[in-house]
Amino acid sequence: MDIVVIGLLLGGTYALIAIGLQLQYGVARIMNLANGELLVAGSFGAFWFFSSAQLSPLLSLFIVTPLAFVFNWLIYQYLIRPLVRRAKNRGQLEVDSILATFGLSFIFVGLMTAIFGGEYFSYSYLEQPFNLLNQSYGLNRIAAFLVSVVFCVALYIWINRTQTGLTLRAVAVAPESAGLVGINVPNTLALAFALGGAVTAAGGASLSMFLTFDASVGVIFTMKALIIVIMGGVRAINGVIISAFILGFVETAVATLIDPGLTLAAAYLLFIFILLFKPQGLFGGHAS
Amino acid sequence: MLKSKFRKLLIPALAIGAILMANPAASETIKIGAVAPKTGPLAGGSTVTHWPSIQLWVNQVNAQGGLKLKSGPAKIELIEYDDRTNPGETIKAVQRLATQDKVDFIIAPYGTGFNLATAPIFAKYGYPQITTTAITDKIPELTKRYPNIFFTLGDTTAFTKSVAEILSKMRDDGTIGNRVAMVNVADAFGIELANAARPIFKSAGFEIVYDKSYPLGTQDLSPVVKGAKASNPDAFVAWSYPPDTFGLTALAKIENLNVKAFYTAVATAFPAYQAKFQSAAEGVLGAGGVNPDTPEMMAFIKAHNEVTGKAPDYWASPVVYASLQVLQQAIEGVGNKDRAAVSAFLKENSFDTVIGPIKFNNQNNEAFWTVGQWQNGKFYGVSSTGRPGAKPVKAKSGW
Repeated sequence: MDIVVIGLLLGGTYALIAIGLQLQYGVARIMNLANGELLVAGSFGAFWFFSSAQLSPLLSLFIVTPLAFVFNWLIYQYLIRPLVRRAKNRGQLEVDSILATFGLSFIFVGLMTAIFGGEYFSYSYLEQPFNLLNQSYGLNRIAAFLVSVVFCVALYIWINRTQTGLTLRAVAVAPESAGLVGINVPNTLALAFALGGAVTAAGGASLSMFLTFDASVGVIFTMKALIIVIMGGVRAINGVIISAFILGFVETAVATLIDPGLTLAAAYLLFIFILLFKPQGLFGGHAS
Repeated sequence: MLKSKFRKLLIPALAIGAILMANPAASETIKIGAVAPKTGPLAGGSTVTHWPSIQLWVNQVNAQGGLKLKSGPAKIELIEYDDRTNPGETIKAVQRLATQDKVDFIIAPYGTGFNLATAPIFAKYGYPQITTTAITDKIPELTKRYPNIFFTLGDTTAFTKSVAEILSKMRDDGTIGNRVAMVNVADAFGIELANAARPIFKSAGFEIVYDKSYPLGTQDLSPVVKGAKASNPDAFVAWSYPPDTFGLTALAKIENLNVKAFYTAVATAFPAYQAKFQSAAEGVLGAGGVNPDTPEMMAFIKAHNEVTGKAPDYWASPVVYASLQVLQQAIEGVGNKDRAAVSAFLKENSFDTVIGPIKFNNQNNEAFWTVGQWQNGKFYGVSSTGRPGAKPVKAKSGW
C-alpha cells in the first residue's frame, strides 16, 4: 500500500516534469534541452516569492506560470521561429533546435548563477506529516501531487474537448495538412511551446516545496523528462502522463522491495525494454 | 568650440594615462590562479565553501596593501576559472594557469576527485597544492608521489572512526542501543565512507540493521527513510551529499524518525541547513565542525559576512581560508615568488590560522575536526583529531 501511495506521489512529480516537454517536443516539435533550466527558473521564482514576500508557492504559481508563458512565447518568436522558417525538413529543425536550446540552457544556468548565486536553495513549506492509512507522507509532496493532477486533467480536457485543443492535435499529427484546412500553424506552434514552458515552470515551482535545487541542476530534469516523453510516445499527452506514473511506481517498488540503489538501473532498464519492443512509445500509435 | 571640447577630454585622458602608468611602478603584483566549479553539480557546495573564502582572503590581503615580499608589498591579481564540475576542464584550467597566464601560485581546486586529477599537473609545473576539500585514505601514497601536495581536511577512516566513537560513547552512556541504520549516496565519496564504516561499526559492537545506497540526484528518498525507520534503529548515519542531506532530514522529520543520534555528512554544516530546519536542526550530527567561539573564528565569520554577504559553513569554509593563510605566511616567510622555496617552507614551519596552528607532518595536517553537532543555532565540533574545544555531544530529542 505504501508503495502505491509513494509511487503515485513520485509519478505526479514526474508528470509535472514531463508534460511541458511533451507539449514542446510532441506538438511544437522543438526538442527543448533548456527545459530543465526553465523548471529550475520556476523553482527560483517560487523560492524568491516565498523568501521575500512569504508568499505560498501554491499562490506564486499564479504569477510564475503566466510569466513563464510570456517568456516562452518570446523565446519561440525570436529564437525558435527563425530556425523553423529556415529548416528544410523536420530532421534539420530537430538538429538546429537541439543545438540552439543546448546553448540556451548554458545561458539560463549562467543567468541564474549571476542573479541568485550558485549555492543550494531550499525552504520549508508544508513540511509536515500527513497521515494516510496509518502512514505519514509529506504534506508538500501531496500538495505538489494535487497541482500535478490539476494540470494533467486540465490539459487533457483542454486538448481533447476544445477547439483550440483540436487544432493543437491537428498540428501535432500533421503540420502541413493542418495549414491546408485553415489552421494558423505558426501561432499554434508558438502556443504549444509557450504552454509547455509555462507548465514546466509551474512544475518547478511545485517541486521546490520539497526538493533542494541549485542553478545547475536543470539537466537532471531534462534527462528525466526526455525518458518519460519518449517512453510515453511523443505525440500523446495521456501516454506521457501514464508513463510518468509507471516510472514512479517502478522506481518506488524497486527502492522498497529490492534496493534504493537500483532505482536508476530499473528506470533505464524499463526505458530500454520499451525502446526495444515499442520504439514509438507506449501510446505513440504507429509511426507514419 | 572644437578646441574646448578637446581640451575637456584631454585632461581626464591624461589623468587616466598617468594612473595607468604610475600603478605598475608603485607596486608589484602577484598573480594567483583559482579553478573550481561555479556551475555544474558541485557548484552548490563550492559557492558556499570555496569561492567566498578566496574572495575574502584576496580582499583582506589587498586592503592591507598586498603580500609582504622582500621587494615590497605585492597586490594579488586573482585569475578565476569555472571548471563546470568537469575534471577535464579542471585539468585544462590548471595547465592554462601555469603555462599561459603564468600565475605565481594556484589555489587547489574543489573536491577530492578534482584535486587528485590535477595533482600531476601541479607536480609537473612545480606548484604547491594545499588541498582543502579533499578527503581520502590515500594520503601517504599521494604525498610520497607528489612532493608539493598538502592535505588539510583529513582522511576517510578518521571521519568514520569518529562517528563510531561518538556513537559508542552515546551507547556507553545509555543514550542509544547498538542498532545503526546506515545509508550512502552511490558515488565515490559515499561508497568510500560506507565501505570504511562497515568494519569499524561492527568492531565497535554495533549492528548495522539497514544498509542501503541510493543514486546521486534521487528525487524521492521516502523509500530510504521508510526502510530505515522500519528497521527500528537507535542511530541513523547517512554518508550523504548536499541535496540528499536536505532531503533525508526533511523526510526524517516528516516520518518522525526518532533516533537519538542522527548523522548526515556533507552540507549539514551549511548555514542553509540551519536556515531551513531551524529548531529541528538542533542535535543533528554532521561531518566537520569547528570551534566557532574562538576569537579568530568569530572575526572570520564576521568578516565573511561583511565581505561576501553570506555566512561561512562550519566545516571547510574556515579550512579553505586557513589554507590561504598558510600560503600567505609561506610566501611572506620566503619573501619572494620562488615556488620551490615556498614548498620547502610549507614542509618545515608551523602556521597560525583561523582553525588553530597547522603543522604539516609528511605534508599532512593531522589535527582536524571530524564530527560536529548543531547546538543552540551553531554547529560545534564534538570530535576531532587533536583540535581543542570540542563540545560534549548531546542526544537528539525529536524534531
